[in-house]
Amino acid sequence: MSLAFNLLTVLAIVAGALFFLAGTVGLLRFPDPLSRLHALTKADNLGLGFIVVGLLLHGEGLLAASKLICVWLLTLLAGATVTQLIAHAARPSGAQE
Amino acid sequence: MADFLLAAACFVLAMVALGLVRILRGPGDADRIMAAQLLGTGGIAALLLLSEAMDLRAAADVALILALLAAFVSVAFVKGVTRRETGEP
Amino acid sequence: MAFDIVLVLLVIGVAVWTIAARDTFAAVIGFVALGLLLTLVWVRLAAPDVALTESALGSGLTGGLLLGASARLACSEATASDEEPGAILQLIAAVLCALMSAGLVALVLLLPQPAPTLAPQAVANIAATGLGNPVTAVLMAYRAIDTLLEVVVLLLALVGIWSLAPDRVWGGLPGPRRHADPNGLLTFIAQLLVPIGILVGIYIFWVGSVAPGGEFQGATILAAMWVLASMAGLVDAPSVSGRRLRLMLAVGPAVFFAIGLTGFATAGAFLAYPEAHAKALILTIEVPLTLSIAATLALLVAGPPERASGR
Repeated sequence: MSLAFNLLTVLAIVAGALFFLAGTVGLLRFPDPLSRLHALTKADNLGLGFIVVGLLLHGEGLLAASKLICVWLLTLLAGATVTQLIAHAARPSGAQE
Repeated sequence: MADFLLAAACFVLAMVALGLVRILRGPGDADRIMAAQLLGTGGIAALLLLSEAMDLRAAADVALILALLAAFVSVAFVKGVTRRETGEP
Repeated sequence: MAFDIVLVLLVIGVAVWTIAARDTFAAVIGFVALGLLLTLVWVRLAAPDVALTESALGSGLTGGLLLGASARLACSEATASDEEPGAILQLIAAVLCALMSAGLVALVLLLPQPAPTLAPQAVANIAATGLGNPVTAVLMAYRAIDTLLEVVVLLLALVGIWSLAPDRVWGGLPGPRRHADPNGLLTFIAQLLVPIGILVGIYIFWVGSVAPGGEFQGATILAAMWVLASMAGLVDAPSVSGRRLRLMLAVGPAVFFAIGLTGFATAGAFLAYPEAHAKALILTIEVPLTLSIAATLALLVAGPPERASGR
């Protein structure tokens, strides 16, 4: 049973790391700021999300688990809103809303 | 398992290092802010992995603070960018 | 091992880049990035209290402070970056830096093994203080005088910043007037994040007695949340000559000092606690201290007065 959980943890964390890779490659290779932002948020949501899922499966009690989920939700919230701000600042000057 | 978690944290950190190249090149300030944002999220992920790998409960608290402060700093940066462009004092 | 090597290389790389950056704004971003990496270093060294302080104070709040400074210097930045110090000055600076680095390296390499430390005694005696976190015991019980002096230094720095106000706005309000856009994105962010941040700040302060945390880290989060709300225009800075503000700033060190004086009567020395009431006294000091430190840090970031108070 614990072997199955360990395997799931490894899989989830590998998936999370892959999304971080995707986000970073996107950040480096996409042509303009707005598409780079899109790649960035993938690392935020899915990368961190899968890592949190993997660590939850590794399970260390209710308090630690809820703290993990809180960190992920806070990052989601902050990431989503701040990227909107960055996009607003990054749009070419003189462009309409 | 602890070794694997540490290796995963190392990988995330390497990704963050690559993202720092964007800070170096970044044709605009927005790119630099984005790279700082990636650093923040990568740091949070690395801290959560480290907290399990090193059996250090408090690292999750550090990740919590980092999430908040990363948002604060990003907002401050964006405010700073728009301030410079509009020429406010 | 690989993690540590990557981390060290990153730290050195980002530090070099921060120094070499041409633009102040880019350098501040580099500085914040460096603070984040140092947080990872501290966690790797199993020092979570220092990691908390580094990420909150060293990286977050100081980043906000530097950003404000770079914004104020933006108009003179072009002329300032054109000046180049002379060759002799650069040589002297290089030699001094190299000497200091060599000294640090020698210190670290020549330390006796195992390094002398008081940590075991500190941990062994914390039962008398009623605390569970040895770092907080050191800060609030064994070396409380250092903490008191730190808070006084913060207040003096604030007075120094206030004294930079021009005569016509002396005693006025720090920072420009910011108008909140009721449907704006920044307002939304502030309305969501600030309550969460206040909760986290109080949690970190409260948990400091048994786990890594404490009043400095909690106060920094509270201060950052106030600065966020003020950037969104949701709160306006109070006038620096206001009585309530000055009371809030002074109550922390005043209570600390007063309890320290009572230590003469109850336990025989300044800032000594009688064993039965140690934890209660420490808590009585910590609560107003957190409030004062939060107010001081927030006002430090807000800067010198720029508008006259409307009296």
